[in-house]
Amino acid sequence: MKKDQFVYVTYIRTTPEKLWKALIEPEFTRQFWCNTTQESEWKPGASWKILMPDGGVADSGEVIEVEPHRRLVLKWRNEFRPELKAEGYSRLTYQLESEGKSVKLTVIHEMEKEGSKFIEAVSNGWPHILASLKSLLETGESLEETREWPREACK
Amino acid sequence: MDAVFKALADPSRRKLLDELRKENGQTLSELCEHLEMTRQAVTKHLVLLETASLIAVVWRGREKLHYLNPMPLHEIYELWIGKYERHRLQALSDLKRGLEQTKTKTPKRK
Repeated sequence: MKKDQFVYVTYIRTTPEKLWKALIEPEFTRQFWCNTTQESEWKPGASWKILMPDGGVADSGEVIEVEPHRRLVLKWRNEFRPELKAEGYSRLTYQLESEGKSVKLTVIHEMEKEGSKFIEAVSNGWPHILASLKSLLETGESLEETREWPREACK
Repeated sequence: MDAVFKALADPSRRKLLDELRKENGQTLSELCEHLEMTRQAVTKHLVLLETASLIAVVWRGREKLHYLNPMPLHEIYELWIGKYERHRLQALSDLKRGLEQTKTKTPKRK
């Protein structure tokens, strides 16, 4: 079966340890990911959530694989747009690889469905979020457009 | 960044990116079907695009799938196009599209 899938690759001048922290810890995600935070015990099978600044659940799912500083796989469903929630779970993979003084971050977001509206929606958001993450780690400042909720980048 | 501009400077490589825009995640053979180039030429172009990170590669079993990676272009965009220009450029681009569509729809007079 055909599936919808997006792959993003970005090189960030940082260490895998710092990048890992930035991807999951609230003090970082608030800055580059539209003021959201994530909640999880980061163990396989643990529940996982993205919370909006008011505490509402934006997305939820489960940790599938976790290999600190290297690989994280999540089951991911949108929770605040009914038409996207109806499509069910997608799969998100972060892969971190050291390359010289940088880390190659690969983000794969996929859904076992063709013409997924969810994948279309996240494909508009990811480039902004990832560019902002890169900026935060390399310069200490995230991109302004990704600092508040709700913004185009986070819908 | 030089690698990105070098990769984009060639029309065949831009055509390859267009093909992936139409359908993301194609194999080499699938890409060759749409292009009037030898398999070797396509392979060579893909390597350059991959080096510039304009294409990301994912293995599915023994199949190598090619994906359009928007990140380098996004970074260039962020670098030279500020948040204020963005809206003005969008307005201009909408105007251009609107006018060009009207033009093609209206039958020729005279």
